[in-house]
Amino acid sequence: MWVLLGVAVVVVGFAARLNPLLIVATAAVVTGVAGGLDVVATLGVLGKAFRDNRYISVVWLILPLIGLLEREGLQERARALISRLREATAGRLLVIYLIIRQLAAAVGLTSLGGHAQMVRPLIAPMAEAAAETRHGDLPQPLRDRIKAMAAATDNVGLFFGEDIFIAIASILLIKGFLEENGIIVEPLHLSMWAIPTAIAALLIHGARLLLLDRQLGREAGR
Amino acid sequence: MIGLDVLYVLAGLLFTVFAVATLMDGSNPKRFTSALFWALFATSFLVGSYLPDVVNGGILVAMALVAGFNLMGRGEHLQPVDKPQRAERWGNRLFIPALIPPVVTLLGTLTLKGVMIGGQPLVDPKQVTLVSLGAGIVLATTVALIMFRASPVTATREGRRLMESVGWAGLLPQALAALGAVFAVAHVGDVIGDLATTWLPLGTPLAAVVAYTLGMALFTAIMGNAFAAFPVMTAAIGLPIIVGKFGGDPAIMGAIGMLSGFCGTLTTPMAANFNIVPAALLELTDRYGVIKAQLPTALLLLIANTVLMYVLVYRF
Repeated sequence: MWVLLGVAVVVVGFAARLNPLLIVATAAVVTGVAGGLDVVATLGVLGKAFRDNRYISVVWLILPLIGLLEREGLQERARALISRLREATAGRLLVIYLIIRQLAAAVGLTSLGGHAQMVRPLIAPMAEAAAETRHGDLPQPLRDRIKAMAAATDNVGLFFGEDIFIAIASILLIKGFLEENGIIVEPLHLSMWAIPTAIAALLIHGARLLLLDRQLGREAGR
Repeated sequence: MIGLDVLYVLAGLLFTVFAVATLMDGSNPKRFTSALFWALFATSFLVGSYLPDVVNGGILVAMALVAGFNLMGRGEHLQPVDKPQRAERWGNRLFIPALIPPVVTLLGTLTLKGVMIGGQPLVDPKQVTLVSLGAGIVLATTVALIMFRASPVTATREGRRLMESVGWAGLLPQALAALGAVFAVAHVGDVIGDLATTWLPLGTPLAAVVAYTLGMALFTAIMGNAFAAFPVMTAAIGLPIIVGKFGGDPAIMGAIGMLSGFCGTLTTPMAANFNIVPAALLELTDRYGVIKAQLPTALLLLIANTVLMYVLVYRF
């Protein structure tokens, strides 16, 4: 039971908006010690997993490329393209991105998208530009809201598209876990049952994106 | 054989450049401690495989202390004033280098798996996607350097500008994965699973479904990862109650159960790479801005998942 102290550190730490890295380090030590390890052994477990998970941080290799492209005006180009389309709104643009992201993930193309590669250089500036063309200059909170919705749309599209693909990690995990418990299911059968939720995600998030347009119209004063 | 080691060396060299450049950056008010942070990151990439576990743990804690005591700063990075004109000149050709990484990742994943050279696989079969992504990034960066006639110094300077805007959040996903390992060793998941089965009402088919989908979402929010929650909640509620006691379909239970966990992922700072890193990348004022944007979708979708599972799982 005492090991839940580490979880408590996480919940309280995030609620108090302490630095997340400091929360992680503290929670790790508290959990390890409460679980009967000493501090050195805890650091050992933490360090081994930290080393084994370095592949997660390899994505930052892309930053020099994105930076170079931004320097040559990638965001400006994306804005210019979108502001020429009179029908474009932030919400409609993001609905289209949601559909593309879901469909791509559903056929296994999860790497088409992502926050560093797509959202920051292309999708967020395009959504902002579409809103500005329609509503004029926007105050900072509305800008932030559009950008946050762009990031949210990338996540929703990925999460609720990828499970339709039969060889994605989560489907293989479900299949493996059921198999260990003596139940054989086909990956295709699992991915088929991911489709109703995928449709629900498209309807719910898509509706919210279209509501965003109305909200922008109201709050931008036109 | 090309494996992750190559990518780690590349990342290690990039962070070494970041560290040295930060150290010499007079416009950064906290340049010494910021440089220390990037140098520690570089060390972990370059020699982490050869260091004892406890030293790797010490590196993580040291980086957490630098970030936690607010010792990370940013330099001033001037951008060219003629960006719109540059964009005009390049036109849609600007999108070419941006599209190379995903295309190469896709092609590499599809084709490189079986390639053998001298009886050895060319690429580590378990890491084909990441190695392909790395190759795509290197190729795209090279194309961009030639196309823009830019020097590698410019490229690393631009990369450092973005890395500084991400800051400590860039380490967070990896650090959270390490915390997950400590949770696993201390059996945090099992304790929560026991609590769930003891305290949640599971007496009717509907109650079991509600407990399972809500439990998946909540547990995922705590652990930051639906993959950690799934085995625990499914062993505690899904298999014995929904499938065993009430005769539900295991495939539907598993598929919609996992997707209920994903609703939890949308709500938690513990899923840093999806929720905290983009807030930093997009330079949002509110660190939790992306989570706030996702909350209504997550809650409505969790309700939808619960209804879907209840309607479907006992029918097929």
